[in-house]
Amino acid sequence: MTSAAPARRLSAAGFLATLALGLAILFGAPHALDTFGLVQCTGFAALAMFGLSQGFVWGFAGVMCFGQAAFLGLGGYAYAVAVLNMGDSSVPVLLSILVPMLFAGLLGYFMFYGRISDAYIGVITLTVSVILFQLVNATSGSQYRIGVAELGGFNGIPAIPALNAPGHPDEPLDIEGIWYAAMGALILVYALLRGILASRLGRVVVAIRENETRAQLIGYDPRLYKLIAFMIAAGVAGLAGCLYANWGGFISPTVFALPMSAQVIIYVLVGGLGTLIGPMLGAVLIQALIIAAGSQSAVDSNLGLGLVLVGFVLLVPQGLVPVARSLGLRLLERRPRRVAGTAQDGLATGSAR
Amino acid sequence: MNAPSPLTGHHGAPLRPLVEARGVTMRFGGVTAVADVDFTLGEVELRCLIGPNGAGKSTFFKILTGQLKPTEGRIRLRDTDITGAEPHAIARLGVGIKTQVPNVFNGLSVHENVFVAAGRRKSIARTRRIVDETLTRLNLTGIAGRTVGQLAHGQRQWVEIATVLAQEPELILLDEPAAGMTHEEVHRTAELIREINRTHALIVVEHDMPFIRMIAKTVTVFNQGRILMEDTVDAVLADARVRDVYLGKQAA
Amino acid sequence: MDLAGLLAFNVITGIATLVLITLGLGVIYGMMRIINLAHGEFMMLGAYTAVMASGAGVNIWIAMLVLPPLVVGAIGLILERTVIRFLYGRMMDTMLATWGISLGLIGLITTLYGNVVRGVSTPVGSFDIGRYGASLYSLVIVATALAALGAMFLVLRFTKFGLILRATMQNPRMAAALGVQPNRIYMATFALGAALAGLAGGVLAPISGVSPAMGAAYIARAFITVLGGGPAIVTGTGLASSLFGVINELVSFKTTPVIGDVALLVAAILLIRVLPQGITGRYLRRSL
Repeated sequence: MTSAAPARRLSAAGFLATLALGLAILFGAPHALDTFGLVQCTGFAALAMFGLSQGFVWGFAGVMCFGQAAFLGLGGYAYAVAVLNMGDSSVPVLLSILVPMLFAGLLGYFMFYGRISDAYIGVITLTVSVILFQLVNATSGSQYRIGVAELGGFNGIPAIPALNAPGHPDEPLDIEGIWYAAMGALILVYALLRGILASRLGRVVVAIRENETRAQLIGYDPRLYKLIAFMIAAGVAGLAGCLYANWGGFISPTVFALPMSAQVIIYVLVGGLGTLIGPMLGAVLIQALIIAAGSQSAVDSNLGLGLVLVGFVLLVPQGLVPVARSLGLRLLERRPRRVAGTAQDGLATGSAR
Repeated sequence: MNAPSPLTGHHGAPLRPLVEARGVTMRFGGVTAVADVDFTLGEVELRCLIGPNGAGKSTFFKILTGQLKPTEGRIRLRDTDITGAEPHAIARLGVGIKTQVPNVFNGLSVHENVFVAAGRRKSIARTRRIVDETLTRLNLTGIAGRTVGQLAHGQRQWVEIATVLAQEPELILLDEPAAGMTHEEVHRTAELIREINRTHALIVVEHDMPFIRMIAKTVTVFNQGRILMEDTVDAVLADARVRDVYLGKQAA
Repeated sequence: MDLAGLLAFNVITGIATLVLITLGLGVIYGMMRIINLAHGEFMMLGAYTAVMASGAGVNIWIAMLVLPPLVVGAIGLILERTVIRFLYGRMMDTMLATWGISLGLIGLITTLYGNVVRGVSTPVGSFDIGRYGASLYSLVIVATALAALGAMFLVLRFTKFGLILRATMQNPRMAAALGVQPNRIYMATFALGAALAGLAGGVLAPISGVSPAMGAAYIARAFITVLGGGPAIVTGTGLASSLFGVINELVSFKTTPVIGDVALLVAAILLIRVLPQGITGRYLRRSL
């Protein structure tokens, strides 16, 4: 057996285990948790999807986007403005995906077709999110409105109508319904990204990350594939923004702000670059820590986030899931005879942890 | 110069060449790496490029594949002017290259490397067939699942050749294909090149003279960015100027 | 006519501000090819130094112009020795580490001094341009920017340190072969970049609200200017500041400062589509 076979089995098992775990959480949480816990988990699901978007564009396409919050914010605001104007939430959800994708298409065209360096891409995306923050922050006053929706400047948009069954704007989802929508969407997006990565498009995207020159020399245009991956990630982040707006029924310019972009980078770095499960777990872990830290007032949570970021870059640059995975693989290879019996269990815990 | 004219086909009738470079010049700042090169390659021709280090061979390859845009001159591939075209566009016209330093997808498996190369605009079934054929042809089936980054240098060379073949190009450029290979591997490479040459045109850059004798019919000698001579392999290797160039003396 | 005079004055002040907030970032980018994402927080530390020192009774000019570069330069030196030096050769990780430092510094200052806005009063008054009043303090900013840019030029051009810096910038391996330790140079560069950021923070403290998150207000403009300028420290910063300063001030004058920043960003994105390595990446490659 070649050494890649267990890795592939591990990956397939990890996918199925993640799906199973996701579905178990989806249907189990409403029974196991009280309302407050369910609301909190809805927030986790939205941020986990945000983590997925960063994990995809950075870990698989190798695009150093430092301003993923720009797409989260655009998605959230697109949903809020559209649903306030339309009532029914179906088209607003679509817009929350399409608006960030189009914006990413425009920005990405200039960045990728200008062939700028990775450092420049990081800085430009970061700058774009900072300036969107400043721009939206400065929209106080009733003259800044789109249709009936006032943008509200730094106060944001309150009382955003929740999702509703298509065609029934008078029947918004309750807290449990929004949980099912958010967690269900997270599972769907995860499966979709896994599908993309297994498809030819995904393989080429990863190949370009590995060696852009070789990809070009066999006939692929790296600029185009990076642009596509960038747009997909922006769409996912936009949908996460839509869920985020639904979670609190409120959105403010802080979704565009630097700490948001930094947090999603930390999700991916902590969870593991080059995995999809890692960024989701990283999101939940970091958010839980932020909430826990928020209950004390002695130390500002940014200090902890900064230490985590520096610490992981210095000490665990590959992140937790890959470390766990390679530990699992090593255990497997050390006990080849018992693989058949214990593989599924070991693998499932190894990658779902 | 009594080289066999590349403009004449098997039946002696004039043929349109596969590659035609005219007056190609590449300057980097004050350095001229390739100077006014005229180069013609016929369909299904095998050509060796030799010359000392820094003679401009690899730069010429980079110009042919679009990795560098020539300062002056034009290059045609059959009816298409490819001067300054993007590398991926030139690759799509049927040009494949094994570069001097192995350019492979280190993080992917051997199978995935070949799959990505084979799969551009082809059905899955056809892609799989090409991948299987290429892996078998190059004896890579046994290590198909291995990650390329963990392979030995020689094996990575073979993986790179496999990606080039899987792309099904019409013109194959090989930059020092025998470098770092064992004696036995060199023989296999020579055999493979002769086999490919039955249906495809190749340009091979090499320093290894015995290897060149194994494969070459016509040899083009580069020196200081210019073409020093172009002739049959025997005539070139017997030429005093070529020996001088390789020994470091400057040609008169 | 008075309005034109005022506008010209504002444009010059705008350019000088850009020079000040960009120079430290440009030094580190030009030498090390990394963008220091903690640049805004180094400025914030400089501003806090000025606030604390003047509050403690130190002469305002010393508190603004002398202490901030010294304090922040020392902090930069410590951070380089404890974090950055382990990451050389890993460009992305270096940038991520500076981002971590940025968050950590915001958190630290918030923990120590609270999330409140402080200020220093402007030490000079105002003067009139025709019917309009203009702050004399703008002249201080212009003078400091000119002095900083000029000093950088002189250091790079005429000192031994500058020569070593330029050599390392051109070819680190060759410089190493000649006995220069690139690590030492990077250490000095990082400290110098931090000191310049500190200076900018100190000088701008009287005209900006000093708070833990104040860096975010400046970094967008500083990043854009470095990207537009490219690797040459003095020429790049100078040219890009002039170009973007004019755009920023004119658009801000017609609309609002926020739209002015948006115009800057759009101009920069258009510029890098044509010149992916900035103005000095394409032209004037040998300039300082």
